[in-house]
Amino acid sequence: MNLTKTLMASTALTVAAGMSFAESHMANEMTIVSWGGAYSASQQNAYHTPYSEMTGVKIINDESSAEAVSKLRAMNEAGNVTWDVVDVVASDALRLCDEGLAMEIDPDEMLADAPDGTKASEDFGDLLVGDCFIPQIVYSTTVGYRTDLVGDTPPTDICAIFDTDAYPGKRSLEKRPIGNMEWALLCDGVAKDEIYDVLETAEGQQKALDKLATIKDDVIWWSAGADTPQLLADGEIIMGSTYNGRLFSLIVEQEQPVAMLWDAQVFDLDGWIIPTGLSDERKARAMDYIMFATDTQRLADQAKYISYGPARKSSAPLVGKHAELGIDMAPHMPTDPENAKNTFLYNYEFWADYRDDIDAKFQAWLVQ
Amino acid sequence: MSDAPKVQTASSSAAEARIADAAHTGPMLAADGTPLKKSLNRALRLQKMRALALIAPLLIFVLVTFIAPIADMLFRSVENQIVSDTLPRTTTMLAEWDETGTDIPGEPVFEALYKDLFYAQEAKLHTRLGSRLNYELTGVSSLFRKSGRKVEDMGEVYQDQLEDLDAFWKTGENWNSFMATDKWLASMEGWKKADGKQPAFVLRDGIAKALPETAAAYKQFAKYVQNVDEDNLYKEDPWAVIYSSLYIDLTGENGLASYNGPAAAELAAAAAAAPAFETVNYSEAFKKIDKDWYDVNVWQTIKVYSPKYTNGYFLNAIDMQKSVDGVEMRPENQQIYGILFWRTMVMSVAITLSCIMLGYPVAWILANLPARQANLLLILVLLPFWTSLLVRTSAWKVMLQQQGVINDTLVWLGLVATDDRLALINNQTGTIIAMTHILLPFMILPLYSVMQTIQPTYLRAAKSLGATNWTAFWRVYFPQSIPGIGAGSILVFILAIGYYITPEIVGGTSGTFISNRIAYHISSSLNWGLGAALGAILLAAVLLLYYAYDKIVGIDNVKLG
Repeated sequence: MNLTKTLMASTALTVAAGMSFAESHMANEMTIVSWGGAYSASQQNAYHTPYSEMTGVKIINDESSAEAVSKLRAMNEAGNVTWDVVDVVASDALRLCDEGLAMEIDPDEMLADAPDGTKASEDFGDLLVGDCFIPQIVYSTTVGYRTDLVGDTPPTDICAIFDTDAYPGKRSLEKRPIGNMEWALLCDGVAKDEIYDVLETAEGQQKALDKLATIKDDVIWWSAGADTPQLLADGEIIMGSTYNGRLFSLIVEQEQPVAMLWDAQVFDLDGWIIPTGLSDERKARAMDYIMFATDTQRLADQAKYISYGPARKSSAPLVGKHAELGIDMAPHMPTDPENAKNTFLYNYEFWADYRDDIDAKFQAWLVQ
Repeated sequence: MSDAPKVQTASSSAAEARIADAAHTGPMLAADGTPLKKSLNRALRLQKMRALALIAPLLIFVLVTFIAPIADMLFRSVENQIVSDTLPRTTTMLAEWDETGTDIPGEPVFEALYKDLFYAQEAKLHTRLGSRLNYELTGVSSLFRKSGRKVEDMGEVYQDQLEDLDAFWKTGENWNSFMATDKWLASMEGWKKADGKQPAFVLRDGIAKALPETAAAYKQFAKYVQNVDEDNLYKEDPWAVIYSSLYIDLTGENGLASYNGPAAAELAAAAAAAPAFETVNYSEAFKKIDKDWYDVNVWQTIKVYSPKYTNGYFLNAIDMQKSVDGVEMRPENQQIYGILFWRTMVMSVAITLSCIMLGYPVAWILANLPARQANLLLILVLLPFWTSLLVRTSAWKVMLQQQGVINDTLVWLGLVATDDRLALINNQTGTIIAMTHILLPFMILPLYSVMQTIQPTYLRAAKSLGATNWTAFWRVYFPQSIPGIGAGSILVFILAIGYYITPEIVGGTSGTFISNRIAYHISSSLNWGLGAALGAILLAAVLLLYYAYDKIVGIDNVKLG
């Protein structure tokens, strides 16, 4: 009897001590790096504000994701990493992981299970690319076109980009090979599942560039996500590629005469990494935040504010209506079955290897 | 009150000394008797020191925050230690391999590679090396990533066999019992993480002689566990690479015959059993991971890039590349930097010239107006400075695009057909227009301040002597304004050559500069070596032009006011 009591008391004490240990050993301020704009706002609403209210942690926003890779390397070399959680695209996460700048993660240990008990590794599934990346959203690079400038037969497939006879006028494409090379080969008659085999060879790369050369004079090359929406709104171009969320706000929020061509959209992932070299307190805080911000409900919440698909399978049924516009968000998700009839998933492994090589050829081709 | 007479005495004695000096023919002496020259020098030195102390904060600031980082960054253009640091054994072994042939290296090199990769993947350095070499040969990145994951299993053949032979080999505690000194073992007994730093591992005397390979491997393992992982080495089970090293020692040259320390019996038993062990063929094992390890190109790349310093980045920066046969041009479809350097120079000159054309009349008007009106106009010149660069550049986008203000106006005036609008943006024209606007104040300001100093009477004098307006300007006024043109040109040209935001936004593909590629390599591809090499070349080009300018025009002829 006495023994049991002592045992219980000591257990309770240990647990309490453990909890206070955890609490007092977490930093109470953290810097989260993201992309800014509507995207950061959606994270603020869905993750930061509830987390701050729950824990009292002060969250500092930094909008440096576009330069995250180089800045993290510089911070790491200087031995002073000031960021706690960083939002990057999956390919950058892979690069950071390779460089030893991002912490390796164990999804089942560090991420919350789905409400029905499914392990995180299964809930995220294939989207867990690399060893360091914690997926958050699925977005896609897809094509938008001016409904009033394309004539009576609006385009239905991706090859409209290369069809300057049926759709004369300028089009915009991203100033990098990724995505464009795939589309070029696809429209040059290469079967979809052979594209990367073809693109591995020098002849295949030339073939893609030759296809792109047929429209080179009609292309405006963009490097910022806001370029295509602006060009579309001003009528500078008749169609152009950009991120689906940008097109969503152009069509739904700004009510421009633009429609979306979901065909051959290229899926990409955006998510978190935790930098290496954090102190124990800051690491504990970062992991605590990640556990919260990537659970099923939180990911579904983000879709209220922006039209990017949650990375968890279990979040999909919870996606509701837009917080301000009150429209149903599901049909605007790149992952919606109606939109995802023909898609590409960014081939991370391929581009990690070929990016430097193909980019050199692509840029030389652009300049010459 | 009582001090007053003393002072008088002092000054009167000084006066006497001066009188004495005057009578003297020797060196002039100061009041305290030291030669005047020396005393003056001392005073001047003190003054110089004081001046130096005053500028010291700025000097140190500039050195620490500007010169040192730039030097460090430029140094990266030749640095290449990563290859030999990560693969020390392999690169040493490769020295004897003939890279010009078509044969891949032999088994010893693969064995060295196994060890190097094993340690590298434990420290997570293999992927970093993979990205480095991927700049030179496509595919190395995933080759290293893939191999790093699987290399751990390679030595397990020996581990399993040793453990099957005797359970003694299973635990780290047993290994430590004969690898470490008794003193270290005693100090580690009962050590907990809370106790602070664990005592550094010390190798037992004689074990290095008995088992050279194993001892070396174990030392590296111990160092890593204690310093990087910060795990308790006392309880840590050894890596597979230690078992394969032990196998090498047991079957190769060792000093076991004279070894009589702890675990001598277990070692003797293992040595007896080892010759019958199943062995690993490392080349086969690597080939199984990826057939690219049998690709001679991979090995050539590793060998060509194994020196600690390389000119490879600089060669890349001038569209060349290193190969086993020496230096060669890159394939034509990858040549880009030569074109971009040339374009950057030509367009910077064009921008400078258009700044002179536009800025000169403005500066002339400013200099010849009454001060009140001139100041008002000067504010207009400076106004763009107070607007964000991005806003200004984006505004040009609105102005210049085909559905933009300028084209709309031209169409409305009927000067241009609506389906034949001018292409003013996303090409060189766009870059030149936008950058001329952005850099114009840097031309106007030095011109203005130089022109202000030109006396209007000179012009009047020229005219009264019969010069025409043009002659008076060209022969009298213009030569005096050249220092302003020089200063403005240097400022504009040097700023233009390094610009990248504006060309990126309005330059399209034909109007981008070399800086855009530098920015890409720094922030996106992370190929800092190449970025640094391009930057170094750009810096050298600017210094060269500056030198040429000094020789031709003379840097004394540059005035900012």
